[in-house]
Amino acid sequence: MSANSAALKTFPHGVHPRECKESTEAKATRRLPFADEMRIPLSQHLGAPAKPIVREGQEVVRGEPIAEPGGFVSVPMHAPATGVVERIALAPDHRGGMSPSIFLRLYPSASQEILYGAPQDIDGLSPKELVSAVQATGVVGLGGAAFPTHVKLAVPEGKHVDTVIANGCECEPYLTTDHRVMLEQPGHIMDGLRIVMRAVGAERAIIGVEENKLDAVEKLRESVPAGLPVTVEPLRVKYPQGAEKMLAKALLGREIPSGGLPADAGVAVFNVATLAQVGDLLPKHQGLIERVVTLTGPGLARPGNYLIALGTPLRFALEQAGFDGHVSQVILGGPMMGATAASLDLPLTKGITGIVVMRPEDVLPPKKIYPCIKCGACLEACPMRLNPSRLGVLARKGMFQEMDERFHLRDCFECGCCSYVCPANIPLVQHFRIAKAQNRKRSVK
Amino acid sequence: MLGLGVILAVTLAVANRKLHVYEDPRIDQVEAMLPGANCGACGTPGCRAFAEGCVAGSIAPGKCTVNDPANNESIASLLGVDAGAGEKRVARLACAGGRHVAWTRAQYEGIRSCQGAALISGGGKGCVWGCLGLGDCQTVCEFGAITMSDAGLPVVDEALCTACNACVVACPKDLFSIHPVSHRLWVACKSLAQGDEALAECEVACTGCGRCAADAPGDLVSIENGLAVVDYSKNRLASQKVIQRCPTGAIVWIDDQRGVVKGGQAKRITRKSPLPLGKGV
Repeated sequence: MSANSAALKTFPHGVHPRECKESTEAKATRRLPFADEMRIPLSQHLGAPAKPIVREGQEVVRGEPIAEPGGFVSVPMHAPATGVVERIALAPDHRGGMSPSIFLRLYPSASQEILYGAPQDIDGLSPKELVSAVQATGVVGLGGAAFPTHVKLAVPEGKHVDTVIANGCECEPYLTTDHRVMLEQPGHIMDGLRIVMRAVGAERAIIGVEENKLDAVEKLRESVPAGLPVTVEPLRVKYPQGAEKMLAKALLGREIPSGGLPADAGVAVFNVATLAQVGDLLPKHQGLIERVVTLTGPGLARPGNYLIALGTPLRFALEQAGFDGHVSQVILGGPMMGATAASLDLPLTKGITGIVVMRPEDVLPPKKIYPCIKCGACLEACPMRLNPSRLGVLARKGMFQEMDERFHLRDCFECGCCSYVCPANIPLVQHFRIAKAQNRKRSVK
Repeated sequence: MLGLGVILAVTLAVANRKLHVYEDPRIDQVEAMLPGANCGACGTPGCRAFAEGCVAGSIAPGKCTVNDPANNESIASLLGVDAGAGEKRVARLACAGGRHVAWTRAQYEGIRSCQGAALISGGGKGCVWGCLGLGDCQTVCEFGAITMSDAGLPVVDEALCTACNACVVACPKDLFSIHPVSHRLWVACKSLAQGDEALAECEVACTGCGRCAADAPGDLVSIENGLAVVDYSKNRLASQKVIQRCPTGAIVWIDDQRGVVKGGQAKRITRKSPLPLGKGV
């Protein structure tokens, strides 16, 4: 930590997990070969599933749209490679269910050139046209949430967004995709910022980067084009700074109201990788067909950042990175908020930022859970200033509605700080997830 | 002080007269004859509301399926109405994939709760529709009607089940549903996988082969999305003939004496021990 780090901005509360980024942060992004078969789930974003517009047996070229949006909060899908649509059927998804997916068999001799798309004049588009143009690219939040980006661009009537925040915090341990994107594609990030600033009508933009990525801060500062009101702000290293509510608090001191949108606080927050894709794809009128993923963890011989076609089977991707088959735990996303995969027969989707592979010896055996000693460590850690201790007690009693009505369960975004600091090893976040799932179910019934 | 006491006493006495609300004493009598479980299976918020409905004549006493039928008869004779036919309803589980027949692909560690496991990549069971066997339904059942079998499947004691719906809400895979006991034909599977794909994950899965649908009279059974579905509006056509040719025993006949009966051609499962953690990840 540098000497002036105390002067840098940050948000109150939060935790400092070990970063574990050394093994991948200095490695340039490399492209992974194409797998023989790919699978594109129609629901890899939040919102309505996409609707396929190809038939079984149809030939598709790389970059061609293969599914159209199923509504406004939905995005199209594009063919990640040239090949033939084998079938459209149910297949396991990363949430642990089965969902309709397009199975693609690649032509081995295809050049895999992107033959689809035509340059378009961005400056001639109105903000409204920009929203639909961004929807057509199929870009979603690439920081993990996979929320359709164009929906954030459509600012609700009566609200004004004055500042666009670009999120380059990457506070999750192990992950370095955003770091590499900031170093390698600063121009695309600036192009993306220019587009989203115009779409939401913002006067300025701030890129928030944690100070463990000072090389990225420098690179971005060099790349800001003349006349574009963008500042790059280094932030103190703390988890979960990359959550949009925390970032708005850290950079601007603004609080996004409970149950409200970032637009209520006059901000719009985008991940830097998302901006880079918007900036790259929109002028070319192309779709999102690949993304940078951190493949890392002690279980891989060649950890690094890889540019991987969406729909690539995870097993294939991991084997390319030196995965030997001996595995204890595979985490999709970072270790704090990511989900453990139950199978490697899953395709890469738009929301997967990284894959962490642990060997059996790296994973601690389950710890004994003790009763809550009311030490208050979780209250100190919770960035949303909730009372995880009290929520945990209610969860164990099954009082899920009480948690929602009196203790603001819905404001919890499951960052995991409370579980991380709990000396009694209480899996608080899992309790909260269960409570939320049961509350959702009851409100439906 | 004495004056104040007298004033308040008089006020209370007057209020007692003027503001008195008449309540039919039979409501208390009827309530005393009900089980008092407040399970809600009759559709009212509790036994008191049910008793009020009985006295008002809007509900037939027989609608309480939890109560001893003799008690319902005495309620009916007290009120001078017909007891009415309320058929007993029970919770039924649409899965037969215990640990001895269904593969587990990944080991779940964490809170012993099906809902918790289901939120982590579905819980690690090969069949994404199947029972996770951690017993959330047993925990929420206030009547002790659900016990977990050695194979890790919940078994419903129909005598104790009040059809209160708690297990239906608790199950993250939505495997429970409430049915009248006369619904004897039952598909104990929810897998939408077909053929060998279904069998690869569970030996007793419905493969969607369609034999039951072919053997069933009328449109009693149909295959929808690779799963046999019984149309209970045609329940009077149901017979044990429908299940005879089922190769896996996914469609069963629930007999009140003999319990769950599989068809003659269903493969015999003699294995009792759990299958190993399958094929790794």
